[in-house]
Amino acid sequence: MKNRKYREHWYSGITEAIQMYVPGNRIYRTMEARRARIGTLFILPFIIGFLAFMVRPLISSLEMSFSKVNVVAGTMTPAKFDNYSYAFVADPDFNKLLVNEIGRMSINVIATLVLSFVIAVILNQDFKGRTLCRVIFFLPVILSSGVLPGIEKQNQFFNLMSSISESVNESSGVNLSLALQNLLSVSGVAGEVFDVIFQMINAIYDIVMASGIQIIIFLSGLQSISPSLYEAADVEGCSAWEAFWKITFPMVSPLLLVNCIYTIIDFFMKNDNQVVEHINDVMYGTQMDFGVASAESWVYFGVALVFIGISTLIITRAVKSYE
Amino acid sequence: MSKNNTVFIGENKSFWERNRRSGGYLLKRRALQITISVVRALLMFGLCFMIIQPLITRFSLSLMGEQDMYDSTIRLLPRHVTLDNYRIVADLTVLPTSMLNTAWISLLMSICQIVAATLVAYGFARFEFPLKKFWFACVVVLIIIPPQTIQTSLFLYFSHFDIFGIIKAIRGEELNLRGSLWPYTMMGLTCMGLKNGLYIYMLRQYFRSVPQSLEEAAYVDGCGTMRTFLKIMLPDAVPTIASCFLFSFVWQWTDLFYTRNFLTGYTVYSRELSSMVSKMAKYFSSSATETVTVPLGRQMQLIGIGVFICCVPLIILYCFTQKTFVQSLVMTGSKE
Repeated sequence: MKNRKYREHWYSGITEAIQMYVPGNRIYRTMEARRARIGTLFILPFIIGFLAFMVRPLISSLEMSFSKVNVVAGTMTPAKFDNYSYAFVADPDFNKLLVNEIGRMSINVIATLVLSFVIAVILNQDFKGRTLCRVIFFLPVILSSGVLPGIEKQNQFFNLMSSISESVNESSGVNLSLALQNLLSVSGVAGEVFDVIFQMINAIYDIVMASGIQIIIFLSGLQSISPSLYEAADVEGCSAWEAFWKITFPMVSPLLLVNCIYTIIDFFMKNDNQVVEHINDVMYGTQMDFGVASAESWVYFGVALVFIGISTLIITRAVKSYE
Repeated sequence: MSKNNTVFIGENKSFWERNRRSGGYLLKRRALQITISVVRALLMFGLCFMIIQPLITRFSLSLMGEQDMYDSTIRLLPRHVTLDNYRIVADLTVLPTSMLNTAWISLLMSICQIVAATLVAYGFARFEFPLKKFWFACVVVLIIIPPQTIQTSLFLYFSHFDIFGIIKAIRGEELNLRGSLWPYTMMGLTCMGLKNGLYIYMLRQYFRSVPQSLEEAAYVDGCGTMRTFLKIMLPDAVPTIASCFLFSFVWQWTDLFYTRNFLTGYTVYSRELSSMVSKMAKYFSSSATETVTVPLGRQMQLIGIGVFICCVPLIILYCFTQKTFVQSLVMTGSKE
């Protein structure tokens, strides 16, 4: 049983479809046409769902972002780019929040990728208590899902609490990172770079909580590397350090892209994300402005897409240079 | 004796003797090994502690009476142990009802999602059909698009639900499905639920890694497509399906996005939890007119308990299934 391979372009499938799905065609009664029909049947739920619950709302959401929506009356009047210009020019918070979140995201994504890779490499080694560590490191998948991470940030008290604890630490000099930061800034070494690094260190809890799935994905990649590769390298006199860069890293690097995209999406969709909160406010708050809300979410989605595109480009370049 | 000297040079010698013979290499290597394992242990302990610590703090906080909150000598161990807080949180979040609702809705939704995702993933992994690349690109789009983008229009779509005008023709008006379970179930059954693209992707990856000869043997022996799928492919895929199911269940359990948009008719734990703060003032005031400002420390304590209650069933579930979970994920791997 040989499966028929289709040509590269997706639209070439249309002519094939006519031949395979329409009875009376010469090819209709062949085995491959039958398999094609069964295969389509298998993915039919997805096709229906995608058309009904994704394409349709996407189109209407796009339409809504270009018009003035009155929820109570249920009317929509075309408004061209009014909503978009409102989002960028008139809305006091949107620009600021968007820029903030983008900055926070680019740092967090890099930190998450590095940290989850390091943790995955460690968890892949053999040491005592490995099983326990694995269990604990997957807890963030539960603890950082859905409503849970946002709920405490929503509560203003936590911000208050953290500022208090910071000031307490400052006076007693216990906080090492703060002390180091002060020292470096006094001695004139600290620049933008150090600020970023300290920001990362202070955000390490958030980063660990966000990297549950990424660790799992990296770990699965590490486990699928054949041990014979390392054996061969060892026989040839390769050190562990070299083996890491010549075997482990290139083998896992395709997963870097998957993880990077996943992290970006995850970050963009989180409940504690300020832009998401803002969009929710505009939609369900006092404004009830669906038009502006959908315009803002399209801008947000566009930004996410640009980021995914850029990181895909960078990573595919970087990974290729390894091969 | 002579055998020992020739074959196993270092057999009976002390560590230092062997080190001398190797020209200092052995000591260096041993030192490096010990350093690595110490650093590793420190790092692991630190990170693990960081993950677990909030849970421990929440648990100990949850047992404290209110006066313990303001006692600065108390850090972790409560002096006035009480279970009153749990009772208050249970009242605030409508506990038995909301938890049971969450449980069966999560279960129903995960089953819908995983059944649909398994079928679709198998279709993508094993069949060649026209437009396959295009539809798979759509799966990727599904993973990428944040639900916030279509939230507004889905909201309106289900308020005035109709299929090609059929319902309007029969009932005279469109159905308002908001608040009922239907939108959610329909989306689950058609792979549009929470993070459904991810499950399709993972399961497809698994099905692709199963050797094709297995199915071919079944076909030769006269199995039909459906029977091959059910008897040959499914039994082996159980661990992977189970892990997808667990993901789905966990994410469903804590989800706020879909429950807030579609399930307004049901008391669901995640929504009760998110609206807990606003309900507190009313709960603690003795009469309807009086407004009490609940102290922030108290608020935090109660929210902490709410989060803790939400996590406990999931953590128990996870501990029981952890082994198959991790193993199956390792199996899904990056096999292309």
